[in-house]
Amino acid sequence: MTATLPEVGKSRLRKEDDRLITGRTRWTDNLTANGMLHMAILRSPVAHATITNIDTSAAKTMPGVVAVFTGADFADEQGSLPCAWPITPDMKSPPAPSLAVDKVKFAGEAVAVVVARSAYEAADAVNAVDVDYSDLPVVLDMRAAVAEGADLVHPDLGTNESATWIFDSAAAGTGGDVEQAITDAEVVIERTYRQQRLVPAFMEPRSMLVDPTGAQFTMWSATQIPHILRLMIALTLGVPEHKVRVIAPDVGGGFGGKLQVTPEEIITFLVARRLAKPVKYTESRSESVQAAHHGRDQWQKLTLTAKRDGTVTGLKVELLADMGAYLRLVTPGVPILGAFMFNAIYKFPAYKFVCTNVFTNKVPTDAYRGAGRPEATFAIERIMDELAAELGVDPMEVRRQNWIKHEEFPFTTVCGLTYDTGNYEAATDKATALFDYDGLRAEQAKRRAAGDPVQLGIGISTFTEMCGLAPSRVLGSLSYGAGGWEHAAIRMLPSGKVEVVTGSSAHGQGHETAWSQVVADQLGVPFEDIEVIHGDTMSSPKGLDTYGSRSLTVGAIAVVKAAGKVVEKARPIAAHLLECAEDDLEFAGGKFTVRGTDSATSIQDIALAVFAAHNLPDGVEPSLDSEATYDPENFSFPHGTHLCAAEVDTETGAVKLRSYVCVDDVGVAVNPLIVEGQVHGGLAQGISQALYEEAVHDEAGTLTTATFADYLLPSAVDLPSFTTDRTETPSTSNPLGVKGVGEAGTIASTPAVVNAIVDAVRHFGVTDIEMPCTPMRVWRAINGSSADGTDRSTAGAGGGLGSIDTTPGGAQ
Amino acid sequence: MRITVTVDGTTYTDDVEPRLLLVHYLRERLGKVGTVVGCDTSNCGACTVHLNGRSVKSCSVLAVQADGAEVTTIEGVARDGKLHPVQQAFHDNHALQCGFCTPGMIMQSIDLLGDHPDPDEQQIRHGLEGNLCRCTGYQNIVSAVRQAADTLGAKQ
Repeated sequence: MTATLPEVGKSRLRKEDDRLITGRTRWTDNLTANGMLHMAILRSPVAHATITNIDTSAAKTMPGVVAVFTGADFADEQGSLPCAWPITPDMKSPPAPSLAVDKVKFAGEAVAVVVARSAYEAADAVNAVDVDYSDLPVVLDMRAAVAEGADLVHPDLGTNESATWIFDSAAAGTGGDVEQAITDAEVVIERTYRQQRLVPAFMEPRSMLVDPTGAQFTMWSATQIPHILRLMIALTLGVPEHKVRVIAPDVGGGFGGKLQVTPEEIITFLVARRLAKPVKYTESRSESVQAAHHGRDQWQKLTLTAKRDGTVTGLKVELLADMGAYLRLVTPGVPILGAFMFNAIYKFPAYKFVCTNVFTNKVPTDAYRGAGRPEATFAIERIMDELAAELGVDPMEVRRQNWIKHEEFPFTTVCGLTYDTGNYEAATDKATALFDYDGLRAEQAKRRAAGDPVQLGIGISTFTEMCGLAPSRVLGSLSYGAGGWEHAAIRMLPSGKVEVVTGSSAHGQGHETAWSQVVADQLGVPFEDIEVIHGDTMSSPKGLDTYGSRSLTVGAIAVVKAAGKVVEKARPIAAHLLECAEDDLEFAGGKFTVRGTDSATSIQDIALAVFAAHNLPDGVEPSLDSEATYDPENFSFPHGTHLCAAEVDTETGAVKLRSYVCVDDVGVAVNPLIVEGQVHGGLAQGISQALYEEAVHDEAGTLTTATFADYLLPSAVDLPSFTTDRTETPSTSNPLGVKGVGEAGTIASTPAVVNAIVDAVRHFGVTDIEMPCTPMRVWRAINGSSADGTDRSTAGAGGGLGSIDTTPGGAQ
Repeated sequence: MRITVTVDGTTYTDDVEPRLLLVHYLRERLGKVGTVVGCDTSNCGACTVHLNGRSVKSCSVLAVQADGAEVTTIEGVARDGKLHPVQQAFHDNHALQCGFCTPGMIMQSIDLLGDHPDPDEQQIRHGLEGNLCRCTGYQNIVSAVRQAADTLGAKQ
C-alpha cells in the first residue's frame, strides 16, 4: 500500500469506530480479574453533619459480603485528595478525605463501603450500614456564604472564602486603570449574571478496577488522566510511583468530568490493597450526578465602560466562584482560566478581574468543557449586547467597532496574552451570509411591528478562547502544580509499520485517526500502517493527558517532533545505503532520494535494514525509534462567529431555535469530519446550558436533579440541525498551524442562545433571563416577576421534576 | 428460576435470581459486554437491545421476562462478517465519538427503521428520543439513520 499525501485535511473515517459500533469495547466495567470483588459505596444523604456512629454489624452478616469499611479504617492511610492549583500563597485548602471520617461536607460524600462477591450483594448490604448523623448548618448560597456571620463549611478555617485572585492591568503594566475608566466613562453598563451549576454527564459512568496481585498495582479507570492519576496515587498514598500502573481503556466521554483524582479511585485502591484482591467499583448514574464533580457555578458582576460612540474603555469583573465543599484537582484554577478571556476579542484598554472562591456544602466543582472560558465568554458576549442596546446600535456593529482587526495580529491583549493570528471579519462575514442576518433582522422587525405572539430574536457570539494548555512557564506563573508539555514516541517496526505512542489520552476525540494522519504526512507512510498507542502508563509512559483542547496543539506537535527525529536518524543510514553524502538526500513522501537521480530508498525499507543491522554506518545505533517532549510557547486562539435565531412564544415562554449558524476558525483542520463533530457536540452542550441544564439543590443541600429523569439533557428532538462552516487562519505558534476545537462550540454557543432569547423579548423591557431559559423563566421575564418574591414555581430545569426557582425572571 | 434465552443466535439455559436485570444477565452471565448501562432510570437508552425483534431498554427488563425469547444485541447485528447497514452508516457519518451510547443508538435506529423505512428528520429525531448522546449533538446520528434508510430501501 502506498501513501496518498497529504493526509492532513482529509475527512478520514475513524479507525476507532470499528470496535465501538460492534460492541467489542473495553470499557472499564467490562473488565474482570480472577477473584475480583465488587464494591458499593454508602453516601451521605445530608449535606453537613457530624458522623456520630456507624453500625456495620448487620451489613457484615449479609450474604456474599467480604468486608465493610468506614473512614476510620483508612483514616491513617488515605491522605488528602490532591489539589494541584494553589492559586494564591494564602489559599485555604482543607484536608479532603476520600472516605469521610467524622464529618460530612456534602450530600453524596462517601461514608462507608461494602465489598462483596457480586455487585448485587454489595448493593444489598450497603443499605444495611446504619449511620447516625448530627446535623450542622448547611451553607448553600455563595453570596450568603461570604456575608458577615455566615455559617461555615469548614469552621477551622474561620471563613468560607478559599482565596481571592486579582488581575489588574494597571498593576501588571498591560493596560490602564479601570477605576479611572469608570470615573471618566460616558457610558457605564453594570450587569450581574448567573452561571448555573452543571453536571458534566459523560455517558459512561465512572468505573475503576484495582488489581493488587501483580508486581505492580494495576488500576483500570474511566479517566481522562491516567498519567496524572498514577502520580497522584503515588503522592497521596505514599505508594512508590513505579509500583503503580494506570490504564484508561476505552473511556466513554469526559468533558472535564473525568479530569480528576477521585475519592472512588483512592478508596478502591485502598480496599484492594487491604484485601489483597482485585476490586471493582462502578458507580450508578445517580451516584455520578451526586458525587462526581460539577462545573460552572459563578456569580459574575461586570462593569463595562464605553464612549458614547461605542468604543469600549474598560472592563471590571468581580466573580464569586463556588468551589463546593473541597478543592479537587484544579477546582480553584477553573475560574482563573476565565480571567484571560473576559476581554475576549475586544480592545479594552483597561481591565480588572477579581475572583473570590467560596466554599459551600455541595459537591466540589472542577473542569467542565471550557472550564472558565465559557463563563467568561458568556458574560462578555451578553454585556456587549447590553452595550449595543444602551447605544441603540446593532450588536454586531458594536463588536465590529471594538474587535482586533485582522491586520493587527499578533496582538497583545490587556491581560498580556499574545493572540498569534485571527480574522474575525472573515468568519463574521461568512456567518452572516450563511445566516441571512439582514433577512432575519427584517423579519424580526415585521413580527415586532405586528405584535406577533411568536417573536424572533437574533443572538450573536463572536468568541475566542485559549487552547492548548499550556506553556509550562505560564502555568508556573499561575502557580499550577505541573507543566503543560506533552510526550510522544515513534517506533519503526521491522516490517515498516509504525507505532505512535502518545501521552494524550483520548476518550472519544478520535486521536487514533488524527495522529495517524499527522504521522502519515510526516513519515510518508500509509495511514493504515500506523497504530496509535495511548492510555496505559506502561506502554505510553509519559504524558499530561487530555483536557483544555490540548491534544492536537500540544500532543500532536510532540508527535511531529518525534517523527522529525525518526527522519533525522534515518538520514545517515539512507546516505550509507545509497552511497551518497547526507547533504545530497531529499526526504519527501516517505522516500530518501539522491538529489537529481532516481536512486532512492524508503523509510520503511530503512526500518528493515536497521532491524537487520548488517550494513549500517560505523557508530550508528540500530534504531530509528525516537521520542519528543514538546512544550508549547504560546496558547492557540481559535475564534468564530456564532449566530442563533430563536423564536419565543410570548404566550407560553417556549423557545424554539429556528436556526444556528457558526463559522469557526480552528486553524488548519487535520480532519474536517472530526472537527465538525467536535463543533456539533460542543454546540449541543453550550445550547443545553442556555436552555435545559441546571444542578438544583433543595434548602437542605440535597441535589434534587440527581438522575437523568431530573437533570435535563437534550435528546435528538430538543436540538436543531446546525449549519457549520470554517475559515482557516493557521496558527503561527505550532508547525501544523492548528488551534484546537474541543471546547469551541460549548464556549461560543451559550451566549448566542441567550442573546437571541433576550433580543426576542427586549421590547417587553427584558434585559436578562437567568439560565436555563426555561419556558417558565422566559414567560415570567415577559410578564414581570412576582413582586413579593413568594413565587415558587417548579417548572424549571429538570423537566419540572426537581427544580425550585425562587429567582425572579429578568424583566426590569 | 431457570430461563432459556436465545441471544445473538445462541441458546442459553441458566438459573437466575428473579430480580436479575436482563442487561446484567447479558453482561455478567453471558459476557455480552457490548451492551452497556448508562443510567438507573431508563432515560439514556445505552442498554437498548431487541427482544423478539422490538427494541427494549434491557435495564428495565428482568432476565426472567426474556425466558423463551430471542434477544439481539449490538454484538449480533453484523452478519457473515459484514456490518449491518446502520452500523456502516454510523461509521460513514461520524455518528459516534466516545461510542458509549452507540450500541443502544444503533439498536434503536434499527427498530426505528422497521417502523419508518423512509423517515424524515423529525421522525428520526422522535424515534431516537429515548436515547441520549452527550458527544455528537445528534446531527450526524440523524444523517446516519437517513443513510441507512436509503441503503436498506435500495436492497428491497
